[in-house]
Amino acid sequence: MIKNSTKANHAAKWLVSGPPLLFLLVFFVAPSIIMLFTSLRFPGEFGGLAPITAPAEAVSGEYGLTLETYQFFFSDILYAEIFLKSFGVAAVSTLICLIMAYPLALLIARSEKRFRNLMVLLVVLPFASNFLIRIYAWMIILGPESVLSHFINTVLGAFGIAPVTLLFSPFAVLVGMVYVHLPFMVLPLYTNLEKHDPALLDAAQDLGADAWQRFWHVTWPLSLPGVFSGSALVFIPVLGMFAVPDILGGTGDILVGNLIKDQFLGTRDWPFGSALSIMLTLAVLAITGLAAWFAQLATRQRSVTETE
Amino acid sequence: MALLEIRNVTRRFGDFIAVDNVSISIEAGEFFTLLGPSGCGKTTLLRMIAGFDLPDSGQILLDGKDMVNTPSEKRPIHTVFQSYALFPHMTVADNIAFPLRMAGKTPDEIKSRVREALDDVRLSNFGNRFPEELSGGQKQRVAFARGLVNRPRLLLLDEPLGALDAKLREEMQIELINLQKDMGVTFVFITHAQNEALALSHRIAVMNQGNIEQLDEPSRIYGFPRNRFVADFIGKISMINAQVLEAAPSHLKLMVAGLGEVTAPSKEGVRVGDTGVMAIRPEQVRISHHAEETELKNHFLGKVQGFLYVGDVTTYIVELSNGASIEALLPNSAPGRAKFFEAGDPVAVSWRHDAGIFLND
Repeated sequence: MIKNSTKANHAAKWLVSGPPLLFLLVFFVAPSIIMLFTSLRFPGEFGGLAPITAPAEAVSGEYGLTLETYQFFFSDILYAEIFLKSFGVAAVSTLICLIMAYPLALLIARSEKRFRNLMVLLVVLPFASNFLIRIYAWMIILGPESVLSHFINTVLGAFGIAPVTLLFSPFAVLVGMVYVHLPFMVLPLYTNLEKHDPALLDAAQDLGADAWQRFWHVTWPLSLPGVFSGSALVFIPVLGMFAVPDILGGTGDILVGNLIKDQFLGTRDWPFGSALSIMLTLAVLAITGLAAWFAQLATRQRSVTETE
Repeated sequence: MALLEIRNVTRRFGDFIAVDNVSISIEAGEFFTLLGPSGCGKTTLLRMIAGFDLPDSGQILLDGKDMVNTPSEKRPIHTVFQSYALFPHMTVADNIAFPLRMAGKTPDEIKSRVREALDDVRLSNFGNRFPEELSGGQKQRVAFARGLVNRPRLLLLDEPLGALDAKLREEMQIELINLQKDMGVTFVFITHAQNEALALSHRIAVMNQGNIEQLDEPSRIYGFPRNRFVADFIGKISMINAQVLEAAPSHLKLMVAGLGEVTAPSKEGVRVGDTGVMAIRPEQVRISHHAEETELKNHFLGKVQGFLYVGDVTTYIVELSNGASIEALLPNSAPGRAKFFEAGDPVAVSWRHDAGIFLND
């Protein structure tokens, strides 16, 4: 009887988790393997890939598997620079998102229950309009004829500083990145903060903690899981984003995302594009792994008060 | 001067008066209990003492100083919360160290005081555990240690034993009495459990609908309830409608319709003709098979309606000839003996002339 029911449980477990597993297998694992293979091949003469074995009528050309693309990646410092710059932009965007999202998430989590859902809805409302349209809107907002540009340059002019262009600059890229990804930081933070037991803050206050100490010793450490998941949700997409630098950035604002896109759509060098993707994936895995390790350290550090 | 003085404090929430012109003064070293059903205003009062809420009118004075402008974190008053409210991300030692750290004590002092506090609550080896790794009773003791470690002038306890099972609760009650005695800290305890209040307190304020119904020592509250609410809320009591026939300085003579005359202890302010109830505790009522067996003046015939066996004692519910019911409690002291009367048995109940109390309507 018991055996039967556990068997049934087992079947049910696979029935429920099977389809998503299959989905991931087909649309994530398989493409990753294909990408890995692509990165080890030679580019075709007119884009695409060269055949693995030389065709009979071929006179010259390179066929088979190679590590050349990776050698190429490491031979030019330019690519490392672009990677580093992308990580810098991702880190700064994540930090700005965190600083902007935290107070907002806290405000929503601490407001009356009946207003919370409405406020969350407002946070995700921008998703209702197309992402590219919203980015193009920033072209107008940051453009040289915009109210914002005029205002900033008037203020700068008053101090005798030369006028600046906002659009097509690293600043514009950063604005776009933060704007697009802010909700991804707000939502996990809110979900975490909303679950905090208000009695803990009462207890902290009762035991002598002022407002700042209550935040620093209770709210902040308890919110770290939310901070880490929000940061991952901003950091990783920013790293691969190409549309924002394409539209809002200048010619010098090329990030990893643009580089990869160009390999596939511009230069038509699929193997190198794949190699760049693989390198990016590895870097992201390394960084998130490191972050997860830090997160564990931070949230469950052993006592500061020794008793032994 | 009283340690804590609550002067004419009123707190309203909209039209609802949670605390209605309450005055209490609590002495240093006292174990004081606010007892009442949920919604009686005891928690609101506690929150105002702690500083989480402010009175609409009236004053709360600590050592003679009005606390109205002192925020909670600046008051030398700590609270043990019903849910314990231990910080889940801190070890037991860090939880206990928290108030010391907030008070800016030196690391050395913090270390030795935390040690001491852990020893006091018999958790010496639990300093490095996290709250989630503790049992309910252990969490409770950490909460006590955390509340007491910085030696507050006053410790507020908000139904701290509510989440424990009966046996553990009794153990913690004894522990709580000892802690209070050893530390010499004034306790203000909140509970809706009357037996807990009776067992722990030096004095009890029985609250109902924002008012204090009676403020007295446990034995006085139990033995001489001032009104029907207190009589009914504290312990078990039988109430029989009665009218005053004679009000002598030594005793009262009451008339119970359909039953006859009853003698009760005299009481101030009672006049001939007053109506009310004659209230008597089950343990004061004797029950026997025959009327002849007793020489007591207050004795009546009745019939056993039912009984409640709880192990150590059995409570018999007796229906009197006028239809009123009265409870009589008998200890099951004879080994193996669970009950002495069966439902339906004709019995006689009696009580001493100085037992029971008359309560005006």
